[in-house]
Parts: sequence; structure tokens; C-alpha cells
Amino acid sequence: MIAERRHWATRAWALMKGLPLAGRIGFALVLFWALAALLGPSLAPHPVGAVVAMDVYGTFTAAHPLGTDYLGRDMLSRILHGARLTIGLALAAAVAASVTGTTIAILSATIGGWIDEGVGRLMDALISIPSKMLALVMVASFGASPTLLILTAAFSYTPGAFRIARSLAINVRTLDYVQAARARGEGTGYIAWVEIFPNMVNPMLADFGLRFVFVVLLLSGMSFLGLGVQPPDADLGSLVRENISGLFEGAPAVVMPALAIASLTVGVNLLIDALSGRSSQVEQ
Amino acid sequence: MAQPHVQVTGLCVAARGPGGSEALIVRDVSFAIPKGQVLALIGESGSGKTTIALSLLGYARPGCRFAAGTVRIGSTDVLSLDDEELYRLRGGQVSYIAQSAAAAFNPMKTIMDQVVEGTAIHGTLTRSASETRAVELFRALALPDPEGIGSRYPHQVSGGQLQRLMAAMALITEPELVVLDEPTTALDVTTQIEVLRAFRHVVRERGTTAVYVSHDLAVVAQMADRIVVLSEGEVRESGATADILERPRHDYTRSLLAAARPKPRTTDEPREDTPLLEVRDLGAGYGRVGADGLPEIRVLDAIDLTIPRGATLGVIGESGCGKTTLARVVAGLVPAARGEVRFDGEPLPTNLHQRTKEQFRRIQIVFQNADTVLNPAHTIRSILERPLAFYRGVTGEAAGRRVAELLDLVKLPGSLADRRPAELSGGQKQRVNLARALAAEPDLILCDEVTSALDTVVGAAILDLLAELRRSLGVSYLFISHDISTVRAVCDDILVLYAGRKVESGSRSALAAPPYHPYADLLIASVPELRTGWLEGLPPRVTIPIAETHAAQPAGLCPFLDRCPLRVPGLCDRLAPPRQRFPSGKEVLCHREGEDLARHQLNTAITT
Ligand SMILES: Nc1ncnc2c1ncn2[C@@H]1O[C@H](COP(=O)(O)OP(=O)(O)O)[C@@H](O)[C@H]1O
Ligand code: SF4
Ligand SMILES: [Mg+2]
Repeated sequence: MIAERRHWATRAWALMKGLPLAGRIGFALVLFWALAALLGPSLAPHPVGAVVAMDVYGTFTAAHPLGTDYLGRDMLSRILHGARLTIGLALAAAVAASVTGTTIAILSATIGGWIDEGVGRLMDALISIPSKMLALVMVASFGASPTLLILTAAFSYTPGAFRIARSLAINVRTLDYVQAARARGEGTGYIAWVEIFPNMVNPMLADFGLRFVFVVLLLSGMSFLGLGVQPPDADLGSLVRENISGLFEGAPAVVMPALAIASLTVGVNLLIDALSGRSSQVEQ
Repeated sequence: MAQPHVQVTGLCVAARGPGGSEALIVRDVSFAIPKGQVLALIGESGSGKTTIALSLLGYARPGCRFAAGTVRIGSTDVLSLDDEELYRLRGGQVSYIAQSAAAAFNPMKTIMDQVVEGTAIHGTLTRSASETRAVELFRALALPDPEGIGSRYPHQVSGGQLQRLMAAMALITEPELVVLDEPTTALDVTTQIEVLRAFRHVVRERGTTAVYVSHDLAVVAQMADRIVVLSEGEVRESGATADILERPRHDYTRSLLAAARPKPRTTDEPREDTPLLEVRDLGAGYGRVGADGLPEIRVLDAIDLTIPRGATLGVIGESGCGKTTLARVVAGLVPAARGEVRFDGEPLPTNLHQRTKEQFRRIQIVFQNADTVLNPAHTIRSILERPLAFYRGVTGEAAGRRVAELLDLVKLPGSLADRRPAELSGGQKQRVNLARALAAEPDLILCDEVTSALDTVVGAAILDLLAELRRSLGVSYLFISHDISTVRAVCDDILVLYAGRKVESGSRSALAAPPYHPYADLLIASVPELRTGWLEGLPPRVTIPIAETHAAQPAGLCPFLDRCPLRVPGLCDRLAPPRQRFPSGKEVLCHREGEDLARHQLNTAITT
């Protein structure tokens, strides 16, 4: 009660202090990447496409803290821009997947009967399509636009979100307070949103985090194959790809974006693990 | 008196609270038990009974620690033992029988394997010697088929049998001290009596020292030599069982005794006879509906009942007999497969979607378990405001005022409104549950075991509240319970359900005198009385062997056939019993005539 009225920053701080070490590391990484995506491009020292150094695959220097790429562009600036693209696309796709999956799941579970059964079968069929394959086919047929990438990723991960949400909703649906609402004469919408949904928010948020990680990896993988974000734009995956020939020199230009992808996904994972571990402790 | 066998002196147990500060949950508790005696620890939930019982095994629950005092069993100082010594103590010298046997058994292993496990771990006996001992124990505990029952799996025996098998598991190492923690609380009365008899017999025969933890004074009166009364972690009073029951000295003991003898909360004054709810020839169940229009799992069959306006009808029967299903059919949650439900003269659709909002409003259901019936995500205020807005469109300030009135009506402080259910006690949640039903201003409230999960004193307060609301608001109740004394205290009419059939029904006074239906007779005779010696004094017939399963009887035959001590061979197993009406006005589903039944009955007239 009181906690709700407190400022969100105070609550975030209190939340972080309650986490184990791994959780704090995750929290710090997530916070770092969130700020990078929000403010990064305006903080970037150089325009994203500008060739600013004579030296290609340059190493860490004061002028270019993360080195330079295969054309002599500033890597720090490129990573800051790339991070916004990766995180933005992945966020959009993960939100779309989770919201669609959860909505269908709750409504289907609340209505029950043959509708629920039919939707369940359909989702089972969809979940068996490998996401990478689907993405490749889509790009091959329609070309790689950001909208298409988002839609494809969202479509691939909706059945997974549906499955988790439905199993949560099925459990909640049989609980006495939902029965009490039915006996009161409440409609499907009220039961779904007011009685069932609030009791599955926390596990769904954890699931959302995981889905975000999956999408980051899918999009980075696509870009690495050259089928994702197209030049002149570059997300973190494309940065790895375009600098791949620097790998033999151990150039920061290829190591740093790879590290960025790793620290983003590991950070989200650590945070989710710590949060869901904490909530199950509270329940005990 | 020689050196007592078990001695607890100045025991204090501290627990870490939510803020990290420590508080004493057991304070300066002392008692002694001579060898071969049974001592009862009695008190409400939270009084520290189980904490003290566990200290006899040297066990402190997570977050708790022994702050002071000693526990001595024989020559062993329990609280000073190290882990290894404690391990040998538990299951060797001291053993523990918990409330739920089902939780103590592994469903994947045979019963015998689990019963003899204790001797294997402690390496005291060979396998065949311990199996012989186990069979002896099964026999002493009056289990059916003592030689063969060990090879079954836990799900193949009944709850009462499993509870006795757990006793066998605890006794096989021949412990010096047995701790029984509410061992019959989860059982039906007719089953409880079997288990109590078996426990008593074994404990007496073997001269085992025992500690019996319970909240039920009547049960304790049968089992214990001495009683220790606890509340808030302190001993209020202790003494010989008969002294405590007849000459209680402490006020707290008196309030426990008063709550255990429920006083009538209804008057016999003449009442209106316009029916509010009428149920005719109702059949209902679960699962897919077959070609004959009946569901796969049939639960209720041929149920007739009438609740006059302003009256209370009690429905009683053992767990699984279909009481909840009946309430759910009236509430519209389970469709009726056959028959008719009429409410205030109009047919009531038993399908939720065909009911009008007004019909929903006028019938409210109060579910059994208050812990699960309030949405944990909502505040008490929003839980109570919803029916106001939904049925009456009352919102804003008017709703706020009404919430305050409702909380006042169920005697809760208004400050509770902004809390969430998890912050309330069991009794408070049950009051909110009731207040939510009252918010709709219903004509009929379906109360499903509303006091069963509560302590006697708290439950008694809820019953008082129901009676008061009935007087002031004129609501009618369908009152479901498995406890016959509660039903007698609050209901005008009573209906006895057995295996989904109505076996007896009538007014409260008609149900207080024989002739009874043989099941009703058994049920009434099985309720422990609040005096010592009741269990020994029972005629042996009360413990007729309980049939292994309630095998579905061939269509129409008496549902009680396989357990009935009065069945007439050639008649009861051939023909469906008639529904007889006796001069007292009660209806009984039985082949035997009234005088015939009365002659064989266990119970004589009961004073209410
Ligand atoms: N949802 C359900 N599906 C199938 N069987 C059920 C369901 N609910 C209850 N039953 C069965 O119906 C019978 C009656 O149950 P219930 O009405 O809850 O009895 P009571 O309230 O008297 O304990 C039991 O055998 C129970 O197992
Ligand atoms: S009909 Fe027969 S078996 Fe059934 S209760 Fe009566 S006497 Fe017993
Ligand atoms: Mg029930």
C-alpha cells in the first residue's frame, strides 16, 4: 500500500537492494543498456556513418575508446546506435508477442469449451515451426524491412507466450475466487481482466524478459547472416558481421558488439532469475 | 509419583518476526508425563500446540529456536543432542503422527515398504521380523486384511485406514513416546471413531507414553489422562481430564468448553410457509453428458427440498457425498441433469448464461474456504464494492459508505478496507466473504462449510453473526456442514445426504428423536460427547466395518446397503427402498418400518 505511493525510483532501489549479487549484476546491466538505448545516440561522439579515422580495425585509444571499424568509423558511436536498434526492435516484437499471447490465452481459458481446445491445437501447430526458418522464408519472400522483422519475430514467439499464459490462466481459473465471480454473474471480460489477469502478471513479466532475450538473439542472428537490418542501418548483429574479417586481428570492432549482445542477454537473464527466485521464496 | 517419563521444564521458543525481531511464541511451558500416560495439548490454532509437540522431537521449525528450558525423555536431554543423536531419537525413541497421512506416504511404494522403513534405517530388526511386527500392529489397529494390506499402495486404502497405517509406521520401532498431532481432524466422524478406538487400544495395550495434540475437546476427553490448555504460547490451565471438563478454573478453558457445546441459535416460533427455494427430483454430476442426458460422474440423484422464506435448511453428510455439488447447482455453477429448481415460484435456469442479473443477486454463495475465495490481488474495499456496482450501480462515495456499513455489519473494523486478503486472519476473511454476499442484499445465502476451517471460538462467532443477520434482514440459508451439532444449532430443517441421495429429512425437532435412518443413526452416534468414557461406553455396533469402497449400487438400491447393520437380506439388495413419512413429519429412505428402526437404534432422543 505505502510502497505503491512511493516514487518508482525509490522502489527500484529498494528492489535492487533485496536482490542477491547475481541479480544486482543483472539489474546493473539492464539499467545500463536501457540508458544506452534511450540516450546513447545523443551521447555518441560521432555521427553514425562518419569515417573519422585513417586506421581501420583500430584498437582502444582515447579518441576512439572502442576502436574503429573496417572503414575507420568510431565503434563507440556505432554500438550506441546499434544498441538502440537492437533493443527497440526486440522490445517491440517481444511486447507484441507477449500481449497477443496473453490476451488470446486468458480469453480462451475463460471461455473454455471447444473454443479453448481449438485455439490450443492451433497454437501447438504454430509452435512447431522453427523461428529461424520462418524468419528466413519471410525475408526471402518479402525482403527485410524493420516492420517485417518485428512482425516475424512477434509471430514466432506468440505461441510460446500463449502456452505459458494459458497454463497460468487455467490454474487461476479453477480457483474459488473465479468461481465466486462466475456465481455472481460476471461476464467473460471482467473475469479475464479483473479476476484472472492480475494474478498472473508476475510470471508473465518473467516470461516477457525471456522472450525479449530470444528475439534479441534471433534478430542478431538474422543480421549476422545479412538477412536482418540492412545497411546503412546497423544493429549489434550487423556490426559483428561487417567487421568479421577483423576477427583474426582480435579487433575490438568485432569483439565489442558481440560482447554487447552477450551482456544484454545475460543481464536480462540474471535479473529474471533473481526476481522469480525471490517471488517464489516469498510465496513459501 | 516416581520420576516422570517425560518432563518439559520452562520451555521457551523464539521466532523471528517479519521485521527481523524475535518474539516468544512459546513462553515458560512446563509439564510432566508419567510412563504409559496420555497427555493432551489443547488450544486454538496459533496457540503453540504443534511448536511444543515438535520440541519433544528436538525440532524447531525454520525461523524458530529454543530460547530456554529443557525437554527430557527418560534420561535423554533432548535439546542438548547433536544432529546425529537427534536423528537416532526421531523414529527410534520418539515418533510423530501428523494430521495428514496422505502427505507422509510416498504414492509409488507399497505400504509395507514404508511401514518397515523405520526399522531398516535404524537397523534394529530383520526385514521378516519387522514385517511380522507390522502385521501385528495392523491387526491391533483393526485394519481390514492385516496380512494383505501391506502389499497395497497408499491410494488403494481409505483416508481413515491410511491414518491408522501411519500410526503403525510410527509404532513399529516401539518408541517410548508417540506424538500425535491432530491425527483425526481431517476425517469424517464415522471414520474418526474407528481411528480413535484403534489408537486408544494400541496405546493402552503397549503402555506407550503419548502426547495428543488437538483443538477438539470432545476427542481429547476420550484419549487423554491429563490436559494442558494453551493459548498464545502459555499454559492457561492443566489437570486431570475429568477435572478440566467439569471444573474448569480458567476463563479461557470455559470459553473453549462453551464453544464446543453449541447453543441453539434458532427459535421454534411458527414461520411463514411460502417456499423460497424448491428443488424437485434433482440429478446432477460432472463430466461429459451421455446419450441418456446424464453426466459421466453422477453425484446427486433424486433430491427434493424446500426452503421456506426466512428459514434455514441444513444439509449434512460425509465428505464427497455431494453437499458442495448441491450448492453449486443452486448457484448455477453446475448444470442440473434432471429435475427442476424453482426460486420464489419461478423456474430457475440451472445454466449460468440463462440467469438474469436479478436472479444472480438474490442468490449468493459463500464458499467453504475463505483463504482461496478472496482474490489476493484486490483490496477488501474493491472486493466489497464490486457487487454494489455490479448489481445496483452504486459507486463513489455512496459505495464507500456502504462498504463501511457492511464491515460494521460483520463486525470488522473499517480500517481493514484498504488491506489485501493476505493481511487478514482466517476468521476475518470468512467475515469479508460473508459481507460480500450481504452486499448483494440477497434473499438466499448458500453457506458451504463456512465454519469448518475455523477454530471453534471463531466459528461460534460466525454462527452468531449468521443468526443475527437472519433476524434483522430475514435472509434464508442453505447451510451445509459435516458437523451435526453445528447444523442442529442453526437450522430449522435438516436434510441428511448419503452418496448423493437424500436418506432422511425433517424438522430439527423431528431429527432429534428416533426412528432414524440407519446412516443418520450412525452419524449421530459417532459424534464424540464432551465427557470422559464416552468412547468405551459405545456399543460395538457403532464400529461396523466400513465397506472398502462405495461401489456404485445397482440402480435404485439403498445407497447405504454395504455399510448398513440393519439390512434385510433378500429385500434391501433386491428392491429400491421406499420413501417413508413418519408421524413426526420426517421422511426416511428405508425398507424398515419406523418402530422396527427405533428398536434397533443406537441413539435415543437427543436434547437440543
Ligand atoms: N469438478 C469435478 N469433477 C468431477 N468430479 C467432481 C468434481 N467436483 C466434485 N466431484 C466429485 O463429486 C462428488 C461430490 O463432491 P462434493 O459435492 O464436493 O462433496 P462434499 O461437498 O459433500 O464433500 C465427489 O465424489 C467428488 O469427487
Ligand atoms: S434400506 Fe435396508 S440397507 Fe438401506 S438403510 Fe434401510 S435397512 Fe439399511
Ligand atoms: Mg464440500
